[in-house]
Amino acid sequence: MIPEVNLIFKIAGVGIVVLLLNILFKQAGKEEYGVLLTFVGVVAIFIVAIQMIQRFFEEVRAVFGF
Amino acid sequence: MDIFFFLGITLVSLIFITILRREYEEYAVLLSMIVGTMIVSRLIGRLMDLIGAFTYLAEKAQINADYLSIIFRVMGVAYVAGFGGEICRDANENTLALKLEMAGKIIILFMAVPVMVAILEMVLRIF
Repeated sequence: MIPEVNLIFKIAGVGIVVLLLNILFKQAGKEEYGVLLTFVGVVAIFIVAIQMIQRFFEEVRAVFGF
Repeated sequence: MDIFFFLGITLVSLIFITILRREYEEYAVLLSMIVGTMIVSRLIGRLMDLIGAFTYLAEKAQINADYLSIIFRVMGVAYVAGFGGEICRDANENTLALKLEMAGKIIILFMAVPVMVAILEMVLRIF
């Protein structure tokens, strides 16, 4: 499949898994782990996003020449 | 380079963003940022051919080359500032978007000063 679509599904999957686990944590009464898990998910996706944006802006810099 | 690829990616990510936005705003913003970058980074490669065509036309019309490079640089800065501004606006942060776009405008103004000076000198030389 197209690599872009793979990445979209991966990231959406992380978000949905975090959502489900938070619901489970809520029932188990340990909501603090849910909050920690959300932060871990955000940091993981943020790293991927930053690398992609950095590559993209290198291309923009090369194309426009500034 | 067909439009259906972009339409497909946009619709798929739209559904995921609406799902994620209900519970976690940050995932929706991150996902929309990534999809925006993905779509445009596929287009940016083709822009190189366009710029080649423009430089060819500029040489034909004897336009000064560094004016053309200033124009392209200004377009790049304007696009990047707009790109960041739109992402901020998507996350309901209008003040951040305006600040970023103002910074972009000021940078463009600094780039345009030499061109203005050149035009002014040309005009003064006539009188």
